[in-house]
Amino acid sequence: MKILKSGLNIDFIKFRVPATFLSAMLIIASIVSISFNSLNFGLDFTGGTLIEVGYEKEANLDSIRSDLAGAGYEKVTVQYFGTSRDVIIRLAPVKGKKANEVGNHVLDTLKATSDDVAMRRIEFVGASVGEELTEQGGLAILVALIGILIYVSLRFEWKFALGSVAALAHDVIITLGWFSLIQMEFDLTVLAAILAVIGYSLNDTIVVFDRIRENFLKLRKQESSDVVNTSLNQTLARTIMTSLTTLLVLLALFFLGGATIHGFATALIAGVLVGTYSSIYVASNVALALGITKEDLMPPEVEKEGADQDALM
Amino acid sequence: MFSNQANMRPINSYPKWVYGFLSVLLALMVLYALPNMYGEDLALQVTGEKGEAISEPLFKEIEQHLTDSGLVIKKSSNDESKALYRFNDSESQLKAKDLTQALLRAKNAGDFSVALNLAPATPDWLKDFGANPLKLGLDLRGGVHFLMEVDMNVALKNREEQYIADLKTKFREANARYASVVRSADVGLVAKFRNEESRDKADVTVRQNFPELQTRTREQGEIFELVMTISEQKLKEIKDYAVKQNTATLRNRINELGVAEPLIQRQGADRILVQLPGVQDSAQAKRILGTTATLQFRLVNESGGINPQRAPAGAELFKQREGGNIALRKSVIVDGSHLTDASVGYDERSMPQINVRLDAEGGSKMLAATSKNVNKPMAILLIETKGVYETVDGEQKLVDTYEEAEVVSAPNIQSALGSSFRITGQFTPAEAHELALILRSGSLIAPIYIVEERTVGPSLGKQNIELGKQSILVGFVAVLIFMLIYYRMFGLVANIALISNLVFIIAIMSMVPGAVLTLPGIAGIVLTVGMAVDANVLIFERIREELKEGTAPAQAIHNGYDKAFSTIADANITTLIAALVLFGIGTGPVAGFAVTLFIGIMTSMFTAIVGSRALVNLIYGGKKLTKISI
Repeated sequence: MKILKSGLNIDFIKFRVPATFLSAMLIIASIVSISFNSLNFGLDFTGGTLIEVGYEKEANLDSIRSDLAGAGYEKVTVQYFGTSRDVIIRLAPVKGKKANEVGNHVLDTLKATSDDVAMRRIEFVGASVGEELTEQGGLAILVALIGILIYVSLRFEWKFALGSVAALAHDVIITLGWFSLIQMEFDLTVLAAILAVIGYSLNDTIVVFDRIRENFLKLRKQESSDVVNTSLNQTLARTIMTSLTTLLVLLALFFLGGATIHGFATALIAGVLVGTYSSIYVASNVALALGITKEDLMPPEVEKEGADQDALM
Repeated sequence: MFSNQANMRPINSYPKWVYGFLSVLLALMVLYALPNMYGEDLALQVTGEKGEAISEPLFKEIEQHLTDSGLVIKKSSNDESKALYRFNDSESQLKAKDLTQALLRAKNAGDFSVALNLAPATPDWLKDFGANPLKLGLDLRGGVHFLMEVDMNVALKNREEQYIADLKTKFREANARYASVVRSADVGLVAKFRNEESRDKADVTVRQNFPELQTRTREQGEIFELVMTISEQKLKEIKDYAVKQNTATLRNRINELGVAEPLIQRQGADRILVQLPGVQDSAQAKRILGTTATLQFRLVNESGGINPQRAPAGAELFKQREGGNIALRKSVIVDGSHLTDASVGYDERSMPQINVRLDAEGGSKMLAATSKNVNKPMAILLIETKGVYETVDGEQKLVDTYEEAEVVSAPNIQSALGSSFRITGQFTPAEAHELALILRSGSLIAPIYIVEERTVGPSLGKQNIELGKQSILVGFVAVLIFMLIYYRMFGLVANIALISNLVFIIAIMSMVPGAVLTLPGIAGIVLTVGMAVDANVLIFERIREELKEGTAPAQAIHNGYDKAFSTIADANITTLIAALVLFGIGTGPVAGFAVTLFIGIMTSMFTAIVGSRALVNLIYGGKKLTKISI
């Protein structure tokens, strides 16, 4: 079975301008959304308290809210989590040393009015821990990008490295933009997903670059843009195939993995879709725009150690 | 005889030893992944106070006692680290805990930790190979996770006060008459003198005795000041010590709590990570772990007579356990941090006494103070941070904390004391035991605050495991079917590689000590499954291309594997970089995800390249091929 006809020759380069325009629009839209809407940062980053409780019957959110208000918790978010029997309660960080008692106190309050409530989890993150995590998360993405930039520069060439990092930045910004638009909670698992997106999208890009390098050496007489186009066509079947298998398992996670893993799956699905597109259009476009030529890819002449000496045997 | 065998080997064939190696490897991996197929038993775990095993007779006695009480023990074992009694239901498990605790108390056998546990039901023959199931993270098995921060300001303040006491002693010895020695917020310690000569003497004394204090002088009108700053190096040591001491104390208290397989680990400069699997009541855990009980030995100021109502100059007033007030000198001889052991003994008249051991530094301080004060009373002061509880809706709730200081006893110093001495007083045996326990488990050298808590109830943990298993299974089967339809025979090869990949991941995760499976870790496995086929897709697409260009099938297979190799390596190394970064910065769940991703990438490269090639060679190698099923 084949998804694509053999001998496929789509003129990707023809769509270069509209693709660049589309990417630019998406990035601008994402940045606008992030700067106005911000991200709906979860407990891991903002600090605060989260209590998930399970009821035997359908839970009444209003009565939970009024119970908590009676106990002095005014600013709380009470929502269903996954099912209408599971309820998640979020509280903003409280100042002072008793901040870590809030979770237990809320639980006690709920238990006082209803005896079929079961604690499923309590999470408390101090405000300082949250701040550190935000810094660390940003740092992680930065370090990963720099590490990759160095590796690709060493293995390929700086123009390719910039191309791949541009594609990564593109994917990360658009995935973040999507999260800011739908206001899904951005927690630690989503951060992990974003880093996995970096790995995944790069994987795609490298495969294309590898083929471009090979074709530059093989198709010496062709224009750079033709070489890129041929390479994209040759790798297209693989790009689609791998994206499909990855999406298959991600969809399984999205639908079956439970509410805790929802954000993670969403981020990866968005990332894989954008990543597939960017490895076709963004990475090679940037490399082309920077003017890759076959000279850039000729293996450097390495003088072997001892090459000028007579062989011993 | 000397011909190069490699050149003579036909295309697409591996030497026999490769197959031997792969078979042995696969068998090993299956073996080490196998323990995960057996579930867990509800068990009761009994260990000695310091986590050592209990004696064989005691082990048998407990077993006998439980059976006599009508409990059915599924299996019991007593190895070098713990005694385990396994039960069929949680009711027997809970009952066994109460029975065992009662038995040990009645026997007065010493301190044991009795804890409920989930023991892996791995058969013995697998255990003999050292095969164990995956360790599950708290999000999967339920329990309490605390990240605690040591209050360094208090740790520093305590140490500075100790310095002040030591400095005053040294100044007196050197005849440097000081007006005062105090803590000063920004600079550290400041000693004030009325004349320059005393100040200079003091300066020399400090340089000689406390090299870690940096001194400088300054004048404020008539007052000559010596400013002493604690060196960066020493500050680091003080903080280090505070975290280490607190970690040790927490460990002792957790042993008292009776938790199976707790994790107590230092994290960063001033934090301690505590994970208590299976613990549900996080409020109780907080109460016990957070109590700051501090012990101090101080001399009694007798100038105010018996039961003074006001503190004399240079003294503080405290309540006595037996009633009335007592005035103590402000300087502390030794505090609980120097205490190495405390146990209960009985004196000649069969009265309980507490035998105390101090470390070398504490011993010499004790000697210096007591040798000059024989026949004078020395007080043992216990300072406890206590919670204020209020009854709301019939339940106790902690609403505030306060410090409670109490003089436990103030016996006369009978002779100069060293690092080992005994405390006698009006103790009942129970009081003596309690006091020894508090002394032994140690005081927190500085208060700790919980900066992060994650408590997962058992139902959520079970649900997470179920959902994780389900999504792995569904995603996995979907990919298998897809590959089979798309690549036919080669799809089957890729599927076998994929299945062995999953076995490899589970086996390696089970083998690596410290690797823990978390929910994000399961997501990492699922993601790896999706991405693991990538290597095979790359190879197969290459083979298809070669075939299209008219290459003979056998050569096409050979070229496909050859050409795809560097692409696969490049693509995977970059993902490895991302996994390493995740591991480096991430803690807990994120690190769990990174570990599975990392292991998954390594194993998938191996199974997809070497494993699938071996199979393809087995099927297609050494034959004249006109058509292949791809």
